[in-house]
Amino acid sequence: MAAARRLLPRWAGSLRPVRGGGGPGSGNWDGDRGQGPRTGRGTGTGTGTGDRDGNRPRPAPLTPARLCPQISAAAAGALPPRVKVVEVGPRDGLQNEQSIVPTPVKIGLIDMLSGTGLQVIEATSFVSPRWVPQMADHTEVMQGINKLPGVSYPVLTPNLKGFQAAVAAGAKEVSIFGAASELFTKKNINCSIEESLERFSEVMSAARAASIPVRGYVSCVLGCPYEGKISAAKVAEVSKKMYSMGCYEISLGDTIGIGTPGSMREMLTAVMKEVPVGALAVHCHDTYGQALANILVALQMGVSVVDASVAGLGGCPYAKGASGNVATEDLVYMLNGLGIHTGVDLQKLMDTGTFICNALNRRTNSKVSQASCRL
Amino acid sequence: MGTVPSALKHCLSYQHLLKEQPWIGELVPPPQPGQESQTSGLPEYIKIVEVGPRDGLQNEKVIVPTDIKIELINRLSKTGLSAIEVTSFVSSKWVPQMADHKEVMRGIERHPGVRYPVLTPNLQGFHSAIAAGATEISVFGAASESFSKMNINCSIEESIEKFEEVVKSARNMNIPVSKRLYSMGCYEISLGDTIGVGTPGSMKRMLEAVMKEIPLSALAVHCHDTYGQALANILTAIQMGVAVVDSSVAGLGGCPYAKGATGNVATEDVIYMLNGLGINTGVNLYRVMEAGSFICTALNKKTNSKVAQASFNSGTIN
Repeated sequence: MAAARRLLPRWAGSLRPVRGGGGPGSGNWDGDRGQGPRTGRGTGTGTGTGDRDGNRPRPAPLTPARLCPQISAAAAGALPPRVKVVEVGPRDGLQNEQSIVPTPVKIGLIDMLSGTGLQVIEATSFVSPRWVPQMADHTEVMQGINKLPGVSYPVLTPNLKGFQAAVAAGAKEVSIFGAASELFTKKNINCSIEESLERFSEVMSAARAASIPVRGYVSCVLGCPYEGKISAAKVAEVSKKMYSMGCYEISLGDTIGIGTPGSMREMLTAVMKEVPVGALAVHCHDTYGQALANILVALQMGVSVVDASVAGLGGCPYAKGASGNVATEDLVYMLNGLGIHTGVDLQKLMDTGTFICNALNRRTNSKVSQASCRL
Repeated sequence: MGTVPSALKHCLSYQHLLKEQPWIGELVPPPQPGQESQTSGLPEYIKIVEVGPRDGLQNEKVIVPTDIKIELINRLSKTGLSAIEVTSFVSSKWVPQMADHKEVMRGIERHPGVRYPVLTPNLQGFHSAIAAGATEISVFGAASESFSKMNINCSIEESIEKFEEVVKSARNMNIPVSKRLYSMGCYEISLGDTIGVGTPGSMKRMLEAVMKEIPLSALAVHCHDTYGQALANILTAIQMGVAVVDSSVAGLGGCPYAKGATGNVATEDVIYMLNGLGINTGVNLYRVMEAGSFICTALNKKTNSKVAQASFNSGTIN
């Protein structure tokens, strides 16, 4: 069984070889099931990711990665030892909540999250309040939060104007977002994917000049509410473009939560041919209850950055009454059980979830919190 | 994600989704020759054991009328499910919900190719079940002494002795015995994460240990979703070759040990995942959702299935 070299994020240390997995021990099982031998190993190569002080990563010599073709073989132990959890509750979560949250509550939420050990907390969005009234107080939030050293507070910036406002308000990291669906892009921001990326190149240039790292989001990676099925090749193409433009990390979003471990694996296989796995994150929605299973498959394939939202804040704008973001508590619970280090204190995270749910007068979407009687 | 103007928000019904994106409810087509198989290493077929009418309803507060139970089971019989746990021949003093076990057993339609196991905690229950027409039974043990003591007021050893009587009688009558205690003659052992605390890590370790003693083909997993881990745990199990999964329509049945928390994993959500993996279950997801909608209306409660929630406005079919 060949050893698999897998990219680790910069903060986890230097590259080291990881033994690829075979299947679990075989035995003389009932042959009627037609299960073949479950050996398997994967090889993968890649280069380092960008880092947070804005240095553009060296262009990756993109060696084609022969990845483990079998979901089952990847199961046997090839998990990252550490996972960076990117908390999107204050932005993605609140943006999709019905009630407008007062500024002090938002600040309180972010400050509590800062105390949990999370390394990245998406704070707000510098978008026009006409479009997203929930984020109208972006400047006050940015200036009001207590920024802990070692914690990053990226903000969404849909255009140059938003970027400039963000920097003026003290932002040190920004996010931009594209989509793998033409129709979604058209309906969302009234232009094509190509045009949207051209708009972002202005932001990229300004960010580079100001040494501000940029995270890229790709929406609809496993399905689109308008187009339906999205090809993995298209996701790979858009991801590659955003990575080449200078994004240090690409967060792949299953925007309507429609994906399953099967489609997740297919999509990641395509994307990982174009973008190093260390530069990838997954942003799974739990609308169909598939989020943790999808995240598990992503981890098995070497992804080590996962987005989540405290208390599972944020419904799905495309399916009324359905859930949206996966709950950070449930994610951390799973990662803890897998022995994967996150640095996050689950109790404090649950306390934070309780705080914001009380403020929003709603039940938590986190099952871990529900089970712990923090309804 | 991103900026979503409020004008864009609209509801997508499951019918709408199916019309526009028929691939959602369907099995993913098998890979063409030359294509990477989605499911190499995974079982090609997974048997779903539907426990909603027994494990699910047993943990619901509202006592469900007998005719509703029968209607639920009849609807489930038409979904393609091959095993539906119908009721429990336990004293009505302990489990009032299952007091109508005889009536349910006699009242349901028996579809060819579908099995209708019942729970029988002791010999008395067993005889009663046979008299009522049962042709398959389940017995259950626990891996925890305290749980066994608190639940049925005896040690694990004593409980197994009781079941031995049941199993012996069943074998004398040539009745296949379902689940648990393989060496006694049970054809299948369903491993239950009763309080849903397991994660893929502990699932893997547990299965590795069990698989040393019991053939894979005799194993099933019964995952509770109390901590949201069920599908990830089930995925882990099927990656290890387990090919039988217990689940409950609409995720019926809360957790009796964590007030307000969920219990069984929803059959709809399991099938959705298996469909997406290209694994055959023989079960029609839409019909299961309809059965789920029926029982939730009868129970006046929201479904616990996320697939159902996403597909219908409020978890009920319009």
